[in-house]
Amino acid sequence: MNHPIVPVRTYIAVWAALIALTITTVAVSKLELGEFNFVAAMTIAVIKGSLVVWFFMNVRRSSSLTRLFVGAGFFWMAILIVFVLSDYLSRGWVPASVWWK
Amino acid sequence: MAEIDTSLPIHAHSEVRHHFDTADQQFESSTLGMWVFLLTEIMFFGGMFGSYTVYRNLYPDAFASTSHFMNVTLGGINTAVLICSSLTMVLAVHAAQLGSKRKLILFLVLTLLLGCVFLAIKYVEYHEKWVDHHIPGPGFHYADSRYAHQAQILFFLYFAMTGMHALHMIVGAGLITTLIVMASRNRFTEHWFTPVEMIGLYWHFVDIVWIFLFPLLYLIGHTK
Amino acid sequence: MSTTFEPPRVEERPNYLNVDYGWKSWLFTTDHKRIALLYLFSITAFFVIGGSFAVGMRLNLLRPEGLFEADTYNKLFTMHGIIMVFFFLVPSIPAVLGNFLIPIMIGARDLAFPRINLLSWYIYVVGGIFAVLAAFEGGVDTGWTFYAPFSTTYSNTHVILTAMGVFVAGFSSILTGLNFIVTIHKMRAPGMTWGRLPLFVWSHYATAIIQVLGTPVIAITLVLLALERLLHAGIFDPNVGGDPILFQHLFWFYSHPAVYIMILPGMGVISELIPCFSRKVIFGYNFIAFSSVAIAVIGFLVWGHHLFVAGQSMYASTVFSLLSFLVAVPSAIKVFNWTATMYRGSISYETPMLYAFGFIGLFTIGGLTGLVLATMALDVHLTDTYFVIAHFHYVMVGGMVMAYLGGIHFWFPKISGRMYPEGWAKFAALVVFVGFNLTFFPQFLLGYLGMPRRYHAYAPEFQILNVMSSAGASILGVGYLLPMIYLAWAWRKGPKAPQNPWGAKGLEWEQSPTPPPTYNFETPPVVTEPAYNYAEEAHVG
Repeated sequence: MNHPIVPVRTYIAVWAALIALTITTVAVSKLELGEFNFVAAMTIAVIKGSLVVWFFMNVRRSSSLTRLFVGAGFFWMAILIVFVLSDYLSRGWVPASVWWK
Repeated sequence: MAEIDTSLPIHAHSEVRHHFDTADQQFESSTLGMWVFLLTEIMFFGGMFGSYTVYRNLYPDAFASTSHFMNVTLGGINTAVLICSSLTMVLAVHAAQLGSKRKLILFLVLTLLLGCVFLAIKYVEYHEKWVDHHIPGPGFHYADSRYAHQAQILFFLYFAMTGMHALHMIVGAGLITTLIVMASRNRFTEHWFTPVEMIGLYWHFVDIVWIFLFPLLYLIGHTK
Repeated sequence: MSTTFEPPRVEERPNYLNVDYGWKSWLFTTDHKRIALLYLFSITAFFVIGGSFAVGMRLNLLRPEGLFEADTYNKLFTMHGIIMVFFFLVPSIPAVLGNFLIPIMIGARDLAFPRINLLSWYIYVVGGIFAVLAAFEGGVDTGWTFYAPFSTTYSNTHVILTAMGVFVAGFSSILTGLNFIVTIHKMRAPGMTWGRLPLFVWSHYATAIIQVLGTPVIAITLVLLALERLLHAGIFDPNVGGDPILFQHLFWFYSHPAVYIMILPGMGVISELIPCFSRKVIFGYNFIAFSSVAIAVIGFLVWGHHLFVAGQSMYASTVFSLLSFLVAVPSAIKVFNWTATMYRGSISYETPMLYAFGFIGLFTIGGLTGLVLATMALDVHLTDTYFVIAHFHYVMVGGMVMAYLGGIHFWFPKISGRMYPEGWAKFAALVVFVGFNLTFFPQFLLGYLGMPRRYHAYAPEFQILNVMSSAGASILGVGYLLPMIYLAWAWRKGPKAPQNPWGAKGLEWEQSPTPPPTYNFETPPVVTEPAYNYAEEAHVG
């Protein structure tokens, strides 16, 4: 409870960055960039999310234990998505007739 | 070891509860507890993000087709609304840190209002979908018959994800209302305002879920 | 004209049991010890309910043509699985022994969030009521695995009600895990470093990680299942482009780690029993602690071994198979370390130790047969046969339930302040061991010979083994009934227990009175010695 108080202007700056990034991501989405659209949108989302976590949720000044838990949460969701996706993406690599011989 | 005088009446809002030794231990426990709870929320939404990823991968053309019905303007406004509400929430915590009851209540009320604006816009969007017969169920109808079945699955996931998010916002709105009531009854001081911070964490998390939902549901696939 | 002499009434020292009486003091308690007993009561009730369904199943399987109709049999095995997994096995040791012991073992006055602890019990009871209500209304016939599209589209039973019961019970599990994590991080007494924690606490910490990270995924899976059943959008329906395998992925992402939620606390109990009844410090403390966490982490990476024949890609299946071999390693490390602890120890054969011996043998068999099933080429033949059923009952019943009984007996004096009758307890342990093996070993043979699971009827050549299995089940039932009777008797009429009847190490035995007062300690404990410091004791003879 004794953590130093973050100045308001820091919060305003983060807010401004978040709004700017939102405008950017909408603008980029209107361009034809193929697969890069997805990469750009996700990158911007990750940056925005990180700003909220780091500044608004005060992880910047939190213990390493808190940071470990935050990281673990996102890592575990990644495990779910990546492993499930790996099944779908690798289906059909080996035709069934070869596998079930 | 701190001596705990258990004969004193315990005031829940400003004293250390009997099983804790110090106020710091109590606060750190609350913070860790809230973060662990948010972990469970990450995994809860993760299941839906996973399903969405699978179907987007399986049916890219259907996905491109349905993305035309996502209202980017309303979604974008809602994103900005939530970002503003995160700012007002964090300013509410700031006010609590300084012991300023008036500002605390002000910013909590603003956060609540912005949350309601979000929900109102969401209602408008859902109504649009209902008019278009895009709500999954017996009344569903998709104009492009090539993608009719797949579109229903995708809209199902849209409603599941945004609906679950909206549900969390409604709960958050209720929690903030509780905070406003507690604050107006002088329950918080600059030495103790833990619920404000904890509910703040929850509110920011709900904002982060939307930060990811917005591009995934509204922006990608929009250019085709 | 009586000259009987009334002995002076010795006032019992205040403890958590006699500090207050009346139903309100129990139903509105925030004392972790009382909440543990509330759980004990409801968990035992669900065990009996789940066991009754098993009785129906084993009666049916006495004859090749069965006894009940196929639909009825489907409901029996489904309800048996759901009640036993979600309402007995998952909460059992953590909610009863974990709740009671963890604060005491770490030197704290209570868990970090006592009111959330009580809330989690109420949530558990509500979930259980939903499930039992569904059972009364005719039950569910989808199997405890709720596979789509049968569960979403074709089943005519109370799927949503039961699924919501499981959903609600899941929140109870999450809150328990959350409470344990925060408690173990923040409430340890001075001197209680991570390296001095009892391994019981380490295993519950690992369990709590799984509860917190895994349970939400089955929560959302059940929500999607319920919504799909209502709206028929097609998310899991192959007729309209949905994928039933997606359901299986989401379901098993939790349900495989769930089996580690069930077994890790049991292993934690064994880690307490073996050093005590070998009078020897545990061998390889760091390895066992690390293995607990390793099981929790790697356990999240193996769920695809339930999907080998479902249509999962061969490459994903290969990866899952290899990882499944890997997850067996930390379990094996634990078995080696327990055995090494016993080597050259001074072993005694009280009831808890008998259960520990049973655990090590039966869990090893169950675990090894798990490796058999993790081998893709073998799984193709053995999946959906009785081999799988025998495998998981060996680890869950031969392992987990025996550890639970061992723990209940070991800490019974601490919890109740009385001793149970050792003769009856030893006899019951023997009956359980014999009954268990007679029930489930024939099922390995049945599976190997090709008898499929979840069928109400079977080929006549399987009858002898099935009759043996049913006979064993009746013996096992007696073995479970006996402790319910003599422990209930001993609670009121057993001889008063000494402070430390086993001469065990640990804060709960050495510094907390038997039974403990509400705040667990008379003076706040300070820890100065490592865990399992049995070497200090003088060796006799």
